[in-house]
Amino acid sequence: MMDLGFLIPALQSIIIASTPLVFTALGEVVTERAGVLNLGVEGMMIMGAVVGFACVIAGFSPFTAFVFAALAGLGMALLFGIMTLLLYANAVATGLALTLFGLGLSALVGSQFVGLSAGAFPKVSIPVLSDLPVVGPLLFGHDALVYVSLALVVALIWFFKHTRAGLIVRAVGDDHDAAHAIGYNVIAIRMGAVLFGGAMAGLGGAYLSVVQTPLFIENMTAGRGWIALALVVFASWRPGRVLLGAYLFGGISIIQLHVQGFGIAIPSQILSMLPYLATIVVLTVISARAAQQGAPRSLGKTFKVTR
Amino acid sequence: MQVTKWMAAGVAALMSVSALAADPLKIGFVYVGPVSDGGWTYEHNVGRLAVEEAYGDKVETTFVESVSEGPDSERVITQLAQSHDMVFTTSFGFMNPTVKVAKRFPNVKFEHATGFKRADNVATYGSRFYEGRAVIGTVAGEMTKTNIIGYIASFPIPEVVRGINAAYLAAKQVNPDVKMKIVWVNTWFDPGKEGDAAKALIDQGADVLMQHTDSGAPMQIAEQQGIYAFGQASDMKTFGPNAQLTGIIDDWAPYYVQQVGKALDGTWSNTDTWGGFNTGMVALAPFGDAVPAELQARALEIRDNIANGNLHPFTGPINKQDGSPWLADGEVADDGTLLGMNFYVEGIDGSLPQ
Repeated sequence: MMDLGFLIPALQSIIIASTPLVFTALGEVVTERAGVLNLGVEGMMIMGAVVGFACVIAGFSPFTAFVFAALAGLGMALLFGIMTLLLYANAVATGLALTLFGLGLSALVGSQFVGLSAGAFPKVSIPVLSDLPVVGPLLFGHDALVYVSLALVVALIWFFKHTRAGLIVRAVGDDHDAAHAIGYNVIAIRMGAVLFGGAMAGLGGAYLSVVQTPLFIENMTAGRGWIALALVVFASWRPGRVLLGAYLFGGISIIQLHVQGFGIAIPSQILSMLPYLATIVVLTVISARAAQQGAPRSLGKTFKVTR
Repeated sequence: MQVTKWMAAGVAALMSVSALAADPLKIGFVYVGPVSDGGWTYEHNVGRLAVEEAYGDKVETTFVESVSEGPDSERVITQLAQSHDMVFTTSFGFMNPTVKVAKRFPNVKFEHATGFKRADNVATYGSRFYEGRAVIGTVAGEMTKTNIIGYIASFPIPEVVRGINAAYLAAKQVNPDVKMKIVWVNTWFDPGKEGDAAKALIDQGADVLMQHTDSGAPMQIAEQQGIYAFGQASDMKTFGPNAQLTGIIDDWAPYYVQQVGKALDGTWSNTDTWGGFNTGMVALAPFGDAVPAELQARALEIRDNIANGNLHPFTGPINKQDGSPWLADGEVADDGTLLGMNFYVEGIDGSLPQ
């Protein structure tokens, strides 16, 4: 009944569908590890999407488009950082406002791109390796951004575990008063983490509008920023688990479409629900086993220099 | 979005002042999405512009975009009703607010799209998009080489189910071996998800795609993978210059021009219009180069036959999916059944989500 030839393209679809989540959630991991809760992810993401697409339409190279998309996300994050870290605005309210602002601004900027379509994004082609059966398309046939996202996971695991800088970021997130007392500039470190988070959300959004579906329409992120936020929590702030969670979510999203195509009789509403449910269950079970891996202890707390 | 609403409200207020001078017919439009959506709302706005074009100084139009279906819409409709002579509410979810507001403004004429509740000053209108589905079903049945048509569906409501059935019956007629793979994405609008669904269908062998969702993403995927697809709501050629075989276009202009004309000359009444090819409310996008001339001619003939009433896409004998008889030989489906359609016809695989 089933021809298994669909498996490889299906796995490729899974990787493509998951990559925006990987970028965005990794950025938020760093932000939250430094103790800042930025709920403006969706807004930063969609700004990355519109700027990335605009650059492609304007004829810039894909590389430039992604740089500008990251800068767009970074700019949004800077706004958030100034408001919450320097002016002590409420982070939850500011984050929500950032999302609404980003959705509105991107719609305004993006209204001129309605109905435009960009070409397919080039895939990496490595001689010999990419042509191998099965292994070739699975491991060596993706676009460059997929490899960047995977490298980023490894880099962040190493960063938090083995570098002094990583330790400082964690210290700031766990106890900002102590970090301040031993001489670290808490505000500057948090600002850096917030900006990194914004840039990654910008990349995630641009991946959507430049690689996955090369078009821009108002609100095209369709809630992916919120999913990324949830992934961070359920992955208990660990980059490796974020990757697992994102691929699990993307995987089940794609598989449920295939299940429907094969006409397997499960109500489609339940299938639509499955990615959310499975991701939450799996990540919660993993996280429940290891104690002492809760949220950064200063997460969401305002830090004021008092002395 | 909020800003545009207030701007529109401001414009409306200004217009009510300036109206004392010229006194044109003032018409308000309430849109569920942004004008720039390139699909549903975009086409309603094209209709509004056609009204301005047709009547010039005799009319003034305002619109409020991205109005969510809910309490907010009642407020917007009320605001428009206070300063306008005629209000078009262009989404199914505006039905109850429209009827409610209409009671309070008996002198304002209301037109509600795709609903079924009317009042003395509320008319309803909709389009028989299934007629278009019958034409693209024919084209799909002839063009597919794998005999698998992929269908990206949004929500299991009668409108969508009707489209699936109409397309399948037409495809089956010209190609008895045809199978239809249906994927429900449970959204009207999520380009990423629609694109993923398109890929899944293609991976499973579909070489012609149909969609009942709003974005051009499936068309793009079809273009990238070298297969065919049909535009939805608007001409989507820019998303798939080689992929688009044709498309179903929602053309509200003829209806809007007609109804505003009636309001101007005093013959407007609370009609219920469900127009198809015959009214021009459903139209076909230009054929793609891939469609052979002979097939183009046949598709146009089907369109014309539907338009002049010689052909009904739902003509018996048709059984329901479970094999129970629905329409006897030569029997034509009545509008009531079509409007409430909640079953697949025989031959479609998979179960319809309820």
